[in-house]
Amino acid sequence: MRILGIAVVVTGLTALTVYAEETAPTAVSFTDGAVVQSLTGVSGDPVKGREIVGSKKMGNCIACHEITDLADVPFHGEIGPMLDGAGDRWTEAELRGIVSNAKMMFEDSLMPSFYRTDGFLRPGNAYTGKAADDTFGPLLGAQQIEDVVAYLSTLKD
Amino acid sequence: MRNLTGALLAGLLSTTFVSADPVDDKLVLNEETTLVTRTAAPAHLSGVLDEVMSGWLFRGTETRAMQTDDFDNPGMIFVDKGEDSWNAVEGTEGKSCASCHGGSEDMAGVRPVYPKFNEAAGEVRTLEMQVNDCRETQMGADKWKYTGGSMANMTALLASVSRGMPVNVAIDGPVQSTWDEGKELYYARTGQLELSCANCHEENFGNMIRADHLSQGQINGFPTYRLKNTKLNSVHARFKGCVRDTRAETYKPGSSEFVALELYVASRGNGLSVEGPSVRN
Ligand code: HEC
Ligand code: HEC
Repeated sequence: MRILGIAVVVTGLTALTVYAEETAPTAVSFTDGAVVQSLTGVSGDPVKGREIVGSKKMGNCIACHEITDLADVPFHGEIGPMLDGAGDRWTEAELRGIVSNAKMMFEDSLMPSFYRTDGFLRPGNAYTGKAADDTFGPLLGAQQIEDVVAYLSTLKD
Repeated sequence: MRNLTGALLAGLLSTTFVSADPVDDKLVLNEETTLVTRTAAPAHLSGVLDEVMSGWLFRGTETRAMQTDDFDNPGMIFVDKGEDSWNAVEGTEGKSCASCHGGSEDMAGVRPVYPKFNEAAGEVRTLEMQVNDCRETQMGADKWKYTGGSMANMTALLASVSRGMPVNVAIDGPVQSTWDEGKELYYARTGQLELSCANCHEENFGNMIRADHLSQGQINGFPTYRLKNTKLNSVHARFKGCVRDTRAETYKPGSSEFVALELYVASRGNGLSVEGPSVRN
Protein backbone atom coordinates (compact mmCIF):
# COMPACT_ATOMS: atom_id res chain seq x y z
CA MET A 1 0.00 0.00 0.00
CA ARG A 2 2.68 2.51 0.95
CA ILE A 3 4.85 4.06 -1.73
CA LEU A 4 8.59 4.21 -1.27
CA GLY A 5 10.33 4.72 -4.64
CA ILE A 6 10.64 8.41 -5.51
CA ALA A 7 11.43 9.63 -2.06
CA VAL A 8 14.59 7.59 -1.72
CA VAL A 9 16.10 8.98 -4.91
CA VAL A 10 15.45 12.56 -3.86
CA THR A 11 17.07 11.98 -0.53
CA GLY A 12 20.24 11.05 -2.35
CA LEU A 13 20.15 14.34 -4.24
CA THR A 14 19.58 16.54 -1.20
CA ALA A 15 22.48 14.91 0.56
CA LEU A 16 24.78 15.62 -2.38
CA THR A 17 23.74 19.19 -3.12
CA VAL A 18 23.61 20.66 0.35
CA TYR A 19 26.13 19.87 3.04
CA ALA A 20 28.76 17.20 3.29
CA GLU A 21 28.13 16.46 6.98
CA GLU A 22 24.36 16.87 6.73
CA THR A 23 22.39 13.83 7.84
CA ALA A 24 20.02 12.68 5.08
CA PRO A 25 16.33 12.25 6.04
CA THR A 26 16.66 8.49 5.63
CA ALA A 27 19.77 8.31 7.79
CA VAL A 28 18.48 10.01 10.95
CA SER A 29 19.07 7.89 14.04
CA PHE A 30 16.34 7.92 16.71
CA THR A 31 16.74 6.84 20.33
CA ASP A 32 13.41 6.67 22.16
CA GLY A 33 12.02 9.23 19.75
CA ALA A 34 14.94 11.63 20.25
CA VAL A 35 17.74 12.55 17.87
CA VAL A 36 20.94 13.24 19.77
CA GLN A 37 23.15 14.34 16.89
CA SER A 38 22.68 17.68 15.18
CA LEU A 39 21.52 17.14 11.60
CA THR A 40 24.07 19.63 10.28
CA GLY A 41 26.74 20.23 12.91
CA VAL A 42 25.87 23.94 12.66
CA SER A 43 23.99 25.29 15.66
CA GLY A 44 20.44 26.46 15.01
CA ASP A 45 19.37 30.10 14.83
CA PRO A 46 16.35 30.74 17.09
CA VAL A 47 15.39 33.91 15.20
CA LYS A 48 15.14 32.03 11.92
CA GLY A 49 13.42 29.20 13.78
CA ARG A 50 10.73 31.55 15.06
CA GLU A 51 10.03 32.68 11.51
CA ILE A 52 9.82 29.10 10.23
CA VAL A 53 7.40 28.09 12.99
CA GLY A 54 5.05 31.00 12.21
CA SER A 55 5.27 31.06 8.42
CA LYS A 56 2.53 29.40 6.41
CA LYS A 57 5.06 28.76 3.64
CA MET A 58 7.56 27.00 5.92
CA GLY A 59 6.79 25.09 9.14
CA ASN A 60 3.27 26.46 9.62
CA CYS A 61 3.44 24.90 13.08
CA ILE A 62 0.86 27.34 14.40
CA ALA A 63 -1.69 25.79 12.06
CA CYS A 64 -1.97 23.24 14.87
CA HIS A 65 -0.22 24.77 17.91
CA GLU A 66 -0.71 27.94 19.91
CA ILE A 67 2.45 29.80 20.99
CA THR A 68 2.13 32.95 23.12
CA ASP A 69 5.50 34.23 21.91
CA LEU A 70 4.11 34.29 18.36
CA ALA A 71 0.97 36.25 19.29
CA ASP A 72 1.91 38.83 16.63
CA VAL A 73 1.22 36.23 13.93
CA PRO A 74 -2.57 35.76 13.57
CA PHE A 75 -4.52 32.50 13.86
CA HIS A 76 -3.10 29.70 15.98
CA GLY A 77 -4.65 26.26 15.75
CA GLU A 78 -5.85 23.92 18.47
CA ILE A 79 -4.98 20.52 17.05
CA GLY A 80 -1.81 19.93 19.08
CA PRO A 81 -0.78 21.03 22.57
CA MET A 82 0.21 24.61 23.26
CA LEU A 83 3.98 24.95 22.86
CA ASP A 84 4.64 27.45 25.65
CA GLY A 85 7.20 25.81 27.93
CA ALA A 86 8.20 23.19 25.34
CA GLY A 87 11.84 24.06 26.05
CA ASP A 88 11.33 23.06 29.70
CA ARG A 89 9.43 19.88 28.96
CA TRP A 90 11.78 18.48 26.33
CA THR A 91 15.53 18.29 25.84
CA GLU A 92 17.10 19.54 22.64
CA ALA A 93 17.52 15.95 21.41
CA GLU A 94 13.85 15.19 22.10
CA LEU A 95 12.73 18.34 20.29
CA ARG A 96 14.93 17.40 17.31
CA GLY A 97 13.26 14.00 17.28
CA ILE A 98 9.73 15.43 17.55
CA VAL A 99 10.24 17.96 14.77
CA SER A 100 12.09 15.53 12.47
CA ASN A 101 9.55 12.74 12.84
CA ALA A 102 6.98 13.10 15.61
CA LYS A 103 5.72 9.58 14.95
CA MET A 104 8.88 8.21 16.58
CA MET A 105 7.98 9.96 19.84
CA PHE A 106 4.17 9.79 19.67
CA GLU A 107 2.79 6.70 17.99
CA ASP A 108 0.45 7.50 15.08
CA SER A 109 0.75 11.19 15.84
CA LEU A 110 -1.28 13.65 13.82
CA MET A 111 1.81 15.78 13.59
CA PRO A 112 3.46 15.60 10.16
CA SER A 113 7.06 14.35 9.88
CA PHE A 114 9.09 17.37 8.86
CA TYR A 115 12.32 15.58 8.03
CA ARG A 116 11.28 12.40 6.33
CA THR A 117 11.01 11.51 2.65
CA ASP A 118 9.76 7.93 2.41
CA GLY A 119 6.75 5.82 3.27
CA PHE A 120 3.97 8.20 2.14
CA LEU A 121 0.63 7.24 0.62
CA ARG A 122 0.05 9.15 -2.64
CA PRO A 123 2.69 11.81 -1.98
CA GLY A 124 1.97 14.98 -3.93
CA ASN A 125 3.96 17.80 -5.44
CA ALA A 126 3.47 20.32 -2.62
CA TYR A 127 -0.12 21.67 -2.73
CA THR A 128 -0.73 21.19 -6.45
CA GLY A 129 -2.70 17.95 -6.10
CA LYS A 130 -0.37 16.40 -8.66
CA ALA A 131 1.87 13.42 -8.00
CA ALA A 132 5.26 14.03 -6.42
CA ASP A 133 8.08 14.40 -8.93
CA ASP A 134 11.84 14.42 -8.60
CA THR A 135 11.77 17.71 -6.70
CA PHE A 136 10.21 15.91 -3.72
CA GLY A 137 12.10 16.64 -0.51
CA PRO A 138 11.44 16.86 3.23
CA LEU A 139 9.01 19.53 4.53
CA LEU A 140 11.92 21.37 6.12
CA GLY A 141 15.64 21.27 5.36
CA ALA A 142 18.18 20.00 7.87
CA GLN A 143 19.30 23.46 8.95
CA GLN A 144 15.70 24.64 9.21
CA ILE A 145 15.03 21.75 11.62
CA GLU A 146 18.02 22.88 13.69
CA ASP A 147 16.69 26.46 13.66
CA VAL A 148 13.24 25.33 14.81
CA VAL A 149 14.77 23.22 17.59
CA ALA A 150 16.83 26.21 18.72
CA TYR A 151 13.67 28.34 18.82
CA LEU A 152 11.61 25.74 20.70
CA SER A 153 14.43 25.48 23.28
CA THR A 154 13.85 29.17 24.08
CA LEU A 155 10.19 28.53 24.96
CA LYS A 156 10.56 28.34 28.77
CA ASP A 157 7.90 29.05 31.36
CA MET B 1 1.72 14.84 30.88
CA ARG B 2 -0.05 14.97 27.53
CA ASN B 3 -3.36 15.23 29.33
CA LEU B 4 -2.02 18.01 31.45
CA THR B 5 -0.94 20.11 28.47
CA GLY B 6 -4.30 19.31 26.90
CA ALA B 7 -6.19 20.66 29.89
CA LEU B 8 -3.97 23.72 30.06
CA LEU B 9 -4.54 24.29 26.38
CA ALA B 10 -8.31 23.99 26.68
CA GLY B 11 -8.31 26.56 29.48
CA LEU B 12 -6.27 29.05 27.52
CA LEU B 13 -8.13 28.59 24.29
CA SER B 14 -11.56 29.14 25.74
CA THR B 15 -10.49 32.72 26.30
CA THR B 16 -8.70 33.13 22.97
CA PHE B 17 -11.18 31.53 20.60
CA VAL B 18 -14.80 32.40 20.90
CA SER B 19 -15.99 30.07 18.19
CA ALA B 20 -14.25 26.80 19.09
CA ASP B 21 -17.42 24.77 19.55
CA PRO B 22 -20.31 24.42 17.15
CA VAL B 23 -22.96 26.99 17.97
CA ASP B 24 -26.20 26.23 19.70
CA ASP B 25 -28.55 27.48 17.01
CA LYS B 26 -31.54 26.33 15.00
CA LEU B 27 -31.73 26.50 11.22
CA VAL B 28 -35.23 27.63 10.30
CA LEU B 29 -35.68 28.10 6.59
CA ASN B 30 -37.83 31.01 5.37
CA GLU B 31 -39.40 31.17 8.83
CA GLU B 32 -41.24 27.92 8.23
CA THR B 33 -39.14 24.77 7.85
CA THR B 34 -36.89 23.69 10.73
CA LEU B 35 -33.95 21.69 9.42
CA VAL B 36 -32.19 18.97 11.41
CA THR B 37 -28.61 20.20 11.83
CA ARG B 38 -27.77 17.93 14.77
CA THR B 39 -28.98 14.42 15.39
CA ALA B 40 -27.99 11.05 16.84
CA ALA B 41 -25.26 9.44 14.75
CA PRO B 42 -26.32 6.55 12.50
CA ALA B 43 -25.71 3.06 13.94
CA HIS B 44 -22.67 2.38 11.76
CA LEU B 45 -20.83 5.20 13.59
CA SER B 46 -21.38 3.78 17.05
CA GLY B 47 -18.24 4.05 19.14
CA VAL B 48 -16.98 6.76 16.78
CA LEU B 49 -19.46 9.64 17.00
CA ASP B 50 -22.51 10.13 19.20
CA GLU B 51 -23.92 13.02 17.28
CA VAL B 52 -23.67 14.19 13.70
CA MET B 53 -23.73 17.89 12.92
CA SER B 54 -24.17 19.99 9.84
CA GLY B 55 -21.30 22.22 8.77
CA TRP B 56 -23.78 25.10 9.18
CA LEU B 57 -23.26 24.96 12.97
CA PHE B 58 -19.56 25.68 12.53
CA ARG B 59 -19.94 28.84 10.49
CA GLY B 60 -20.12 32.43 11.71
CA THR B 61 -23.32 34.29 12.56
CA GLU B 62 -23.61 36.19 9.27
CA THR B 63 -22.83 33.17 7.12
CA ARG B 64 -25.45 31.16 8.99
CA ALA B 65 -28.02 33.91 8.61
CA MET B 66 -27.60 34.02 4.82
CA GLN B 67 -28.78 30.45 4.62
CA THR B 68 -32.00 30.98 6.55
CA ASP B 69 -33.73 32.98 3.84
CA ASP B 70 -33.90 32.14 0.16
CA PHE B 71 -33.65 35.82 -0.75
CA ASP B 72 -30.38 36.13 1.17
CA ASN B 73 -28.90 32.83 0.00
CA PRO B 74 -26.69 33.55 -3.05
CA GLY B 75 -26.91 29.84 -3.93
CA MET B 76 -30.57 30.30 -4.87
CA ILE B 77 -29.61 32.29 -7.96
CA PHE B 78 -28.02 29.10 -9.25
CA VAL B 79 -31.12 27.12 -8.36
CA ASP B 80 -33.02 29.43 -10.73
CA LYS B 81 -30.47 28.73 -13.44
CA GLY B 82 -30.88 25.02 -12.73
CA GLU B 83 -34.64 25.43 -13.16
CA ASP B 84 -34.05 27.01 -16.58
CA SER B 85 -32.02 24.03 -17.71
CA TRP B 86 -34.58 21.66 -16.19
CA ASN B 87 -37.09 23.00 -18.69
CA ALA B 88 -34.74 23.50 -21.64
CA VAL B 89 -35.03 21.10 -24.56
CA GLU B 90 -31.59 19.87 -25.59
CA GLY B 91 -30.07 17.07 -27.60
CA THR B 92 -31.15 14.88 -30.50
CA GLU B 93 -34.29 13.51 -28.80
CA GLY B 94 -35.95 16.90 -28.46
CA LYS B 95 -36.49 16.50 -24.73
CA SER B 96 -35.92 18.41 -21.52
CA CYS B 97 -35.63 16.94 -18.02
CA ALA B 98 -39.23 18.06 -17.50
CA SER B 99 -40.40 15.97 -20.49
CA CYS B 100 -39.73 12.80 -18.51
CA HIS B 101 -39.91 13.94 -14.89
CA GLY B 102 -42.50 16.72 -14.74
CA GLY B 103 -41.87 19.66 -12.45
CA SER B 104 -38.58 19.91 -10.59
CA GLU B 105 -40.52 19.80 -7.31
CA ASP B 106 -41.58 16.28 -8.23
CA MET B 107 -37.95 15.29 -7.68
CA ALA B 108 -38.29 15.84 -3.92
CA GLY B 109 -36.88 12.75 -2.22
CA VAL B 110 -34.27 12.01 -4.88
CA ARG B 111 -31.27 13.89 -3.42
CA PRO B 112 -31.45 12.23 0.05
CA VAL B 113 -30.85 8.69 -1.27
CA TYR B 114 -27.89 9.43 -3.58
CA PRO B 115 -25.34 7.98 -4.20
CA LYS B 116 -27.38 4.85 -4.87
CA PHE B 117 -27.19 1.60 -6.77
CA ASN B 118 -28.54 1.55 -10.31
CA GLU B 119 -29.77 -1.97 -11.02
CA ALA B 120 -29.79 -1.77 -14.81
CA ALA B 121 -26.26 -0.38 -15.00
CA GLY B 122 -25.00 -2.45 -12.09
CA GLU B 123 -23.15 0.51 -10.60
CA VAL B 124 -23.27 2.98 -7.74
CA ARG B 125 -24.28 6.34 -9.13
CA THR B 126 -23.90 9.83 -7.75
CA LEU B 127 -26.53 12.40 -8.67
CA GLU B 128 -24.09 13.89 -11.19
CA MET B 129 -23.63 10.50 -12.86
CA GLN B 130 -27.39 10.05 -13.08
CA VAL B 131 -27.90 13.51 -14.55
CA ASN B 132 -25.27 12.85 -17.19
CA ASP B 133 -26.75 9.45 -17.96
CA CYS B 134 -30.15 11.10 -18.55
CA ARG B 135 -28.52 13.68 -20.77
CA GLU B 136 -26.69 11.14 -22.89
CA THR B 137 -29.13 8.23 -22.98
CA GLN B 138 -32.53 9.93 -22.74
CA MET B 139 -31.91 13.31 -24.32
CA GLY B 140 -29.07 12.59 -26.74
CA ALA B 141 -27.28 15.61 -25.27
CA ASP B 142 -23.63 16.06 -24.30
CA LYS B 143 -22.46 15.21 -20.81
CA TRP B 144 -21.81 18.12 -18.49
CA LYS B 145 -18.43 18.56 -16.84
CA TYR B 146 -18.62 16.76 -13.50
CA THR B 147 -17.82 19.78 -11.34
CA GLY B 148 -18.84 22.43 -13.89
CA GLY B 149 -21.36 25.24 -13.49
CA SER B 150 -24.31 23.65 -15.35
CA MET B 151 -23.97 20.49 -13.28
CA ALA B 152 -23.70 22.42 -10.02
CA ASN B 153 -26.81 24.45 -10.92
CA MET B 154 -28.72 21.24 -11.54
CA THR B 155 -27.58 19.54 -8.33
CA ALA B 156 -28.47 22.74 -6.46
CA LEU B 157 -31.98 22.60 -7.91
CA LEU B 158 -32.34 18.92 -7.03
CA ALA B 159 -31.06 19.51 -3.50
CA SER B 160 -33.28 22.55 -2.97
CA VAL B 161 -36.51 20.65 -3.62
CA SER B 162 -35.48 18.07 -0.97
CA ARG B 163 -34.49 20.55 1.71
CA GLY B 164 -35.58 19.38 5.12
CA MET B 165 -35.75 15.73 4.12
CA PRO B 166 -33.32 13.45 5.97
CA VAL B 167 -30.25 12.13 4.16
CA ASN B 168 -30.85 8.41 3.86
CA VAL B 169 -28.34 6.53 1.71
CA ALA B 170 -28.21 2.74 1.74
CA ILE B 171 -24.97 1.23 2.95
CA ASP B 172 -25.59 -2.49 2.50
CA GLY B 173 -26.71 -4.87 -0.22
CA PRO B 174 -25.22 -4.09 -3.62
CA VAL B 175 -23.51 -0.91 -2.42
CA GLN B 176 -21.69 -2.48 0.50
CA SER B 177 -18.36 -3.09 -1.20
CA THR B 178 -18.35 0.50 -2.46
CA TRP B 179 -19.20 1.73 1.02
CA ASP B 180 -16.34 -0.35 2.46
CA GLU B 181 -13.96 1.17 -0.06
CA GLY B 182 -15.16 4.65 0.84
CA LYS B 183 -14.62 3.97 4.51
CA GLU B 184 -11.08 2.83 3.85
CA LEU B 185 -10.39 6.03 1.92
CA TYR B 186 -11.87 8.11 4.75
CA TYR B 187 -9.37 6.70 7.21
CA ALA B 188 -6.36 6.60 4.85
CA ARG B 189 -3.66 9.06 5.88
CA THR B 190 -2.64 10.54 2.57
CA GLY B 191 0.08 12.82 1.31
CA GLN B 192 3.23 14.18 2.79
CA LEU B 193 1.26 15.51 5.77
CA GLU B 194 -0.25 12.03 6.36
CA LEU B 195 -3.69 13.29 7.30
CA SER B 196 -6.96 11.43 6.79
CA CYS B 197 -10.45 12.85 6.58
CA ALA B 198 -10.97 11.39 10.06
CA ASN B 199 -7.92 13.17 11.50
CA CYS B 200 -9.52 16.52 10.75
CA HIS B 201 -13.28 15.91 10.65
CA GLU B 202 -13.75 13.11 13.18
CA GLU B 203 -10.98 13.69 15.74
CA ASN B 204 -10.82 17.48 15.51
CA PHE B 205 -14.18 18.94 14.53
CA GLY B 206 -14.82 22.02 16.63
CA ASN B 207 -11.09 22.80 16.73
CA MET B 208 -9.32 25.51 14.80
CA ILE B 209 -6.71 24.54 12.21
CA ARG B 210 -4.98 27.85 11.69
CA ALA B 211 -7.85 30.21 10.69
CA ASP B 212 -10.34 27.45 9.83
CA HIS B 213 -12.96 26.11 12.20
CA LEU B 214 -13.16 22.39 11.50
CA SER B 215 -16.60 20.87 10.98
CA GLN B 216 -17.47 17.20 10.64
CA GLY B 217 -17.03 17.50 6.88
CA GLN B 218 -20.64 16.50 6.20
CA ILE B 219 -22.08 16.76 2.69
CA ASN B 220 -25.77 17.29 3.47
CA GLY B 221 -25.34 20.96 2.51
CA PHE B 222 -23.97 20.42 -0.99
CA PRO B 223 -23.57 22.02 -3.34
CA THR B 224 -22.25 24.82 -1.13
CA TYR B 225 -22.11 28.46 -2.13
CA ARG B 226 -18.74 29.61 -0.79
CA LEU B 227 -18.14 33.26 0.00
CA LYS B 228 -14.47 32.56 -0.69
CA ASN B 229 -14.92 31.78 -4.39
CA THR B 230 -18.46 33.16 -4.87
CA LYS B 231 -19.79 30.11 -6.69
CA LEU B 232 -21.32 26.74 -6.07
CA ASN B 233 -18.89 24.02 -5.00
CA SER B 234 -19.59 20.39 -5.66
CA VAL B 235 -18.84 17.50 -3.35
CA HIS B 236 -15.97 16.08 -5.39
CA ALA B 237 -14.36 19.51 -5.81
CA ARG B 238 -14.39 19.87 -2.03
CA PHE B 239 -12.92 16.38 -1.57
CA LYS B 240 -10.22 17.22 -4.07
CA GLY B 241 -9.33 20.39 -2.18
CA CYS B 242 -9.13 18.59 1.14
CA VAL B 243 -6.93 15.80 -0.26
CA ARG B 244 -4.70 18.35 -1.99
CA ASP B 245 -4.25 20.08 1.36
CA THR B 246 -2.60 16.94 2.74
CA ARG B 247 0.09 17.44 0.07
CA ALA B 248 -1.18 14.38 -1.74
CA GLU B 249 -1.83 13.40 -5.31
CA THR B 250 -5.62 13.82 -5.45
CA TYR B 251 -8.23 11.61 -7.06
CA LYS B 252 -10.24 13.00 -9.94
CA PRO B 253 -13.79 14.31 -9.59
CA GLY B 254 -16.09 11.54 -10.79
CA SER B 255 -13.47 8.83 -10.16
CA SER B 256 -14.56 5.54 -8.63
CA GLU B 257 -12.60 6.48 -5.50
CA PHE B 258 -14.50 9.72 -4.98
CA VAL B 259 -17.82 8.03 -5.75
CA ALA B 260 -17.06 5.51 -3.00
CA LEU B 261 -15.90 8.23 -0.64
CA GLU B 262 -19.05 10.23 -1.35
CA LEU B 263 -21.26 7.28 -0.50
CA TYR B 264 -19.41 6.74 2.76
CA VAL B 265 -19.36 10.42 3.75
CA ALA B 266 -23.05 10.78 2.83
CA SER B 267 -23.85 7.83 5.10
CA ARG B 268 -22.11 9.55 8.00
CA GLY B 269 -24.75 12.25 7.61
CA ASN B 270 -27.77 9.93 7.46
CA GLY B 271 -30.44 11.69 9.51
CA LEU B 272 -29.28 15.25 8.84
CA SER B 273 -31.53 17.37 6.64
CA VAL B 274 -30.66 18.02 3.04
CA GLU B 275 -29.58 21.69 3.06
CA GLY B 276 -28.26 22.43 -0.38
CA PRO B 277 -27.48 24.92 -1.63
CA SER B 278 -25.90 25.90 1.69
CA VAL B 279 -23.72 28.91 2.41
CA ARG B 280 -20.18 28.45 3.66
CA ASN B 281 -17.12 30.65 3.92
C1 HEC C 1 -1.28 18.75 11.78
C2 HEC C 1 -1.00 19.16 13.13
C3 HEC C 1 0.40 19.53 13.60
C4 HEC C 1 1.36 20.32 12.98
C5 HEC C 1 1.28 21.01 11.63
C6 HEC C 1 2.46 20.39 13.91
N1 HEC C 1 2.18 19.67 15.03
FE1 HEC C 1 3.39 19.51 16.69
N2 HEC C 1 2.04 18.23 17.55
C7 HEC C 1 0.80 17.91 17.03
C8 HEC C 1 0.12 17.02 17.95
C9 HEC C 1 -1.28 16.42 17.76
C10 HEC C 1 0.99 16.83 19.05
C11 HEC C 1 0.76 15.98 20.31
C12 HEC C 1 1.57 14.73 20.25
C13 HEC C 1 0.71 13.54 19.90
O1 HEC C 1 0.07 12.99 20.77
O2 HEC C 1 0.67 13.19 18.73
C14 HEC C 1 2.19 17.61 18.76
C15 HEC C 1 3.27 17.73 19.63
C16 HEC C 1 4.33 18.61 19.48
C17 HEC C 1 5.36 18.87 20.47
C18 HEC C 1 5.41 18.31 21.87
C19 HEC C 1 4.30 19.02 22.63
C20 HEC C 1 4.60 19.47 24.03
O3 HEC C 1 4.71 20.68 24.21
O4 HEC C 1 4.66 18.64 24.92
C21 HEC C 1 6.20 19.79 19.93
C22 HEC C 1 7.43 20.40 20.58
C23 HEC C 1 5.71 20.10 18.61
N3 HEC C 1 4.56 19.37 18.37
C24 HEC C 1 6.29 21.01 17.75
C25 HEC C 1 5.85 21.29 16.45
C26 HEC C 1 6.56 22.10 15.49
C27 HEC C 1 7.85 22.84 15.80
C28 HEC C 1 5.86 22.08 14.33
C29 HEC C 1 6.20 22.67 12.98
C30 HEC C 1 7.52 22.55 12.48
C31 HEC C 1 4.67 21.30 14.58
N4 HEC C 1 4.70 20.82 15.86
C32 HEC C 1 3.64 21.10 13.64
C33 HEC C 1 0.27 18.34 15.83
C34 HEC C 1 0.93 19.14 14.89
C1 HEC D 1 -5.88 19.10 7.06
C2 HEC D 1 -7.25 19.07 7.49
C3 HEC D 1 -8.29 18.43 6.61
C4 HEC D 1 -8.32 17.17 6.07
C5 HEC D 1 -7.27 16.08 6.18
C6 HEC D 1 -9.58 17.06 5.37
N1 HEC D 1 -10.29 18.21 5.46
FE1 HEC D 1 -12.19 18.53 4.80
N2 HEC D 1 -12.10 20.46 5.46
C7 HEC D 1 -11.02 21.04 6.12
C8 HEC D 1 -11.33 22.42 6.42
C9 HEC D 1 -10.41 23.40 7.14
C10 HEC D 1 -12.62 22.67 5.91
C11 HEC D 1 -13.43 23.97 5.99
C12 HEC D 1 -14.10 24.06 7.34
C13 HEC D 1 -15.05 22.93 7.58
O1 HEC D 1 -16.19 22.94 7.08
O2 HEC D 1 -14.65 21.95 8.26
C14 HEC D 1 -13.08 21.41 5.34
C15 HEC D 1 -14.35 21.22 4.76
C16 HEC D 1 -14.83 20.02 4.29
C17 HEC D 1 -16.17 19.82 3.79
C18 HEC D 1 -17.25 20.89 3.67
C19 HEC D 1 -18.21 20.80 4.82
C20 HEC D 1 -19.31 21.82 4.73
O3 HEC D 1 -20.24 21.74 5.54
O4 HEC D 1 -19.26 22.71 3.91
C21 HEC D 1 -16.25 18.50 3.44
C22 HEC D 1 -17.46 17.80 2.83
C23 HEC D 1 -14.97 17.89 3.73
N3 HEC D 1 -14.13 18.83 4.24
C24 HEC D 1 -14.68 16.55 3.51
C25 HEC D 1 -13.40 16.00 3.68
C26 HEC D 1 -13.05 14.65 3.29
C27 HEC D 1 -14.01 13.64 2.70
C28 HEC D 1 -11.72 14.48 3.57
C29 HEC D 1 -10.80 13.35 3.24
C30 HEC D 1 -10.70 12.99 1.86
C31 HEC D 1 -11.27 15.71 4.18
N4 HEC D 1 -12.31 16.60 4.21
C32 HEC D 1 -9.99 15.92 4.68
C33 HEC D 1 -9.86 20.40 6.48
C34 HEC D 1 -9.53 19.08 6.19
